[in-house]
Amino acid sequence: MSTVPGIAAAAAAPLLEVRDLRVKVGGQEVLRGVSLAVRAGEVHAIMGPNGSGKSTLAHVLAGRPGYEIVAGTACFEGRDLFALAPEQRARAGLFLGFQYPVEIPGVNNAYLLKAAVNAARRERGLPELDAFEFLAVVRAKIKLMQIDESFLSRGVNEGFSGGEKKRNEILQMLVLEPKLALLDETDSGLDIDALKVVADGINSLRAAERAIVLVTHYQRMLDYVVPDFVHVLARGRIARSGDRTLALELERRGYDWISEQAAA
Amino acid sequence: MSTPDIDALVNRSYRHGFVTDIESDTVAPGLDENVVRLISRKKQEPQFLLDWRLRALRHWQGMREPHWAHLRYHPIDYAAISYYSAPRQAKDGPKSLADVDPKLLATYEKLGVPLHERARLAGVAVDAVFDSVSVATTFKERLSAAGVIFCPFSEAVQKHPALLERYLGTVVPYTDNFYATLNSAVFTDGSFVYVPPGVRCPMELSTYFRINAANTGQFERTLIIADAGAYVSYLEGCTAPMRDENQLHAAVVELIALDDAQIKYSTVQNWYPGDEQGRGGIYNFVTKRGECRGRNARISWTQVETGSAITWKYPSCILRGENSVGEFYSVATTNNYQQADTGTKMIHIGANTRSTIVSKGISAGHGQNAYRGLVKILPSASGARNFTQCDSLLMGKHSGAHTFPYIEVRNPTAMVEHEASTSRISEEQLFYCLQRGIGAEDAVNMIVSGFCRTVFKELPMEFAVEAQNLLAVSLEGAVG
Repeated sequence: MSTVPGIAAAAAAPLLEVRDLRVKVGGQEVLRGVSLAVRAGEVHAIMGPNGSGKSTLAHVLAGRPGYEIVAGTACFEGRDLFALAPEQRARAGLFLGFQYPVEIPGVNNAYLLKAAVNAARRERGLPELDAFEFLAVVRAKIKLMQIDESFLSRGVNEGFSGGEKKRNEILQMLVLEPKLALLDETDSGLDIDALKVVADGINSLRAAERAIVLVTHYQRMLDYVVPDFVHVLARGRIARSGDRTLALELERRGYDWISEQAAA
Repeated sequence: MSTPDIDALVNRSYRHGFVTDIESDTVAPGLDENVVRLISRKKQEPQFLLDWRLRALRHWQGMREPHWAHLRYHPIDYAAISYYSAPRQAKDGPKSLADVDPKLLATYEKLGVPLHERARLAGVAVDAVFDSVSVATTFKERLSAAGVIFCPFSEAVQKHPALLERYLGTVVPYTDNFYATLNSAVFTDGSFVYVPPGVRCPMELSTYFRINAANTGQFERTLIIADAGAYVSYLEGCTAPMRDENQLHAAVVELIALDDAQIKYSTVQNWYPGDEQGRGGIYNFVTKRGECRGRNARISWTQVETGSAITWKYPSCILRGENSVGEFYSVATTNNYQQADTGTKMIHIGANTRSTIVSKGISAGHGQNAYRGLVKILPSASGARNFTQCDSLLMGKHSGAHTFPYIEVRNPTAMVEHEASTSRISEEQLFYCLQRGIGAEDAVNMIVSGFCRTVFKELPMEFAVEAQNLLAVSLEGAVG
C-alpha cells in the first residue's frame, strides 16, 4: 500500500521527525545537519555512497553508543528520542534491522525473540505471551520468510549464513511489528531469491500505521519494496530528495554528480 | 503444599534432630592431638577412625600450605581456628526478618526463594507451619526400600562402620594434600551414600534433604559409593548465599564407582563471596575426587561456582576401570574481588578410558579466574581419549582469566584434544539485545547464560534454573 505523499503530509504529524542533526564519530562530523520527516504509512529510502552517513543515521536513531550528538533533535511520536535509552526506543516501536547481525552463541534464537516480544508487551501493559502463544505467532511468520522451524532453536545468528542472518532480522521485525523499521542495508549480500523473500517480508509489514526506512546503497531492493520517497545522503547532508525515479536516476548516473553538488 | 515448602521443612526438621547432639561445645582455638581425640570421642567413633585421624594429624603437622595456585589472600592462621564448634544457635541469630541485612533479602527475592525459606537461610528461627516429619520419613522410607543408604557421616560411623573402613580415604588418602589432610584429622560431619549393586537410586539425593545442611561447618566429608551397576545423582549445595565471616572451608568428597556404576555429582556453590571491596567471604579449599574403580564406570562432576572469596577446587576422576568415563562440566564466576583457581584432573589408567572437560570461566569486576587442569594418560591406558574445552569470558577492564592446562601422555595410542578461547561480552551483542527491547541486565544474563549453556544442560532441570538465577545475582552490577 503506497500513500500519496501530499495527502499524508497534510493529514498527520510525522512519526519520526529529525531536525538539523549533527553527529560526530571519533571527533569527526559525519552527519552535518540532517532533517527528515517520516509519516505513518510511508516508505522512505535513504541512499548514498559509502561513508555518506547512512548507517550512522540509523544507528544514532536507534541509540547505539559511540556517537556524539552535537546538535539537532529527533522526535518519535512527539517524544524526544535522544532522551530514551536504546531499549526504551525499541519498546516504543523503533526497530533497527542490522547490516551485520551479531552472533550470540548459546542463546536460543526463539528465547531472545520471546524476551523481546514480552519486553514490548510489558511496556504496553499487555500480558506476556507464554511459550505456546509465542510459538503460534512465530510459526506463521517463519513460513513467510521460508525459514525452517529448527532455526528457532539455534543460537542467535550462530553459524548463520549471510542470507539467514538477514532473514532472521526480518523475521524478528515481523514478530515485533514495530511502528518504525530502520533497515540498514538489509539487501546487501543477498542473492536474488533471498532478496525477494526479504522484500516480501518487508512488504507484508507495510501498513497505514507503520513506516519503513530503507537504508541502501543500491537501487535493486527498491524494485521490490517500492519507496514513496528517496533521499540521497552525501557528505553528511541530504543532498536531494525525490520519489523513486531519483533512485533510478542514481542507478544510471552513479553518486558522483550528487556528491559534487553537495561539495559545491 | 508446594515443593519448596517441603524442602524447607524437611531440612528444618532434620536440623532440629541433629542440633541436640553437638549443642554445647566449642573447643579453644588451635589443633593438637587432644582436639582430634575430643572430636572422635564426641562422635563416639571406632578405634580405626581415631587412628586414621591421628595419622592424618601427624602427617599434616609436617606439611606446608601450598602456594602454587593463582590466588592471593591473607595468610590463614590455623592456630586461631576452633576445630570443633556447635552450629550457631537460633538465639544468636537474628530474631526476625526485620533484623536481617536488606541486601541479603533482596538477593533471596531475586532468586525466588520462598519467604519462610529466606528466613531459614538467613538464620532466623522460624516456627514450623506444617508437620514435616512425615515428609522426611517418606523420603527415608523410599530410599531404604531401595536399599540405598543416605545419612549423615556421623550416623554412618555408627551404623555402617564396615563400609566406612573399607572405602574411607581410598580415593583421597589422608596424605593427599594440605587441606585434605587437615580435613581427615578434624572433619566433623558430612554425607554418606551407598547404593547397592544394580540399584538405581529412586530420587536425586540432595543436601536439601540432609541433616544440618546449612550448618555442616568448615570441614565436611562426603563419601559416595555406587556398587556394581548402581546409579546415583547427588546434588550438593545451598543455592542461596550464606552470610559468613572470612572463614576457611576445607571439605573432602570421595566418590567410588564400581563396575558399570554411574555417579553424577552436581554442585551449586554459593558461599558468601565477600563484599564489593573484597572484605570477608569464604576461603574454599576443597578436595573432590572420584574413582571409576570398575569397568564401564562413569563419574560426572558438574559444578557452578559463584560464591566464595577464594575457590581452590579440582573435582577429579581416576579412570582405573577399563572403558570408564570421567566428565567435568564447570562454570566458575568471579566478581568484585573474588578469585577462583579451579579445574580438574583426569587420570587415565585403564584401557579405552574417556574423559571430557568443559570449563567456562566468567570474570567481572576485579575477579580473577584460573582454569587449571591435568590430563594424564598412563602407559596402561591404551586407546584413552580426552577432549577439553576451556572458555573464558571477561567483563570490564580489571578482571582476569588464566588457563593452566597440563597434559601428560605416556601412551602413544591416546588422543588428547584441547580447545581454549577468551572473549568479552561485546558492545555489539549488548546493543543488539537492547535494540530488541531487552534491558541491559537481562541482556548480560542472557549472553552469559548462553556462554554457559553446555554446562547448564548437564544440571538437573530445577537446578539449572536456580543456577541461572544465581549467575544473574552474582554478576549484578558487573556491567555499568
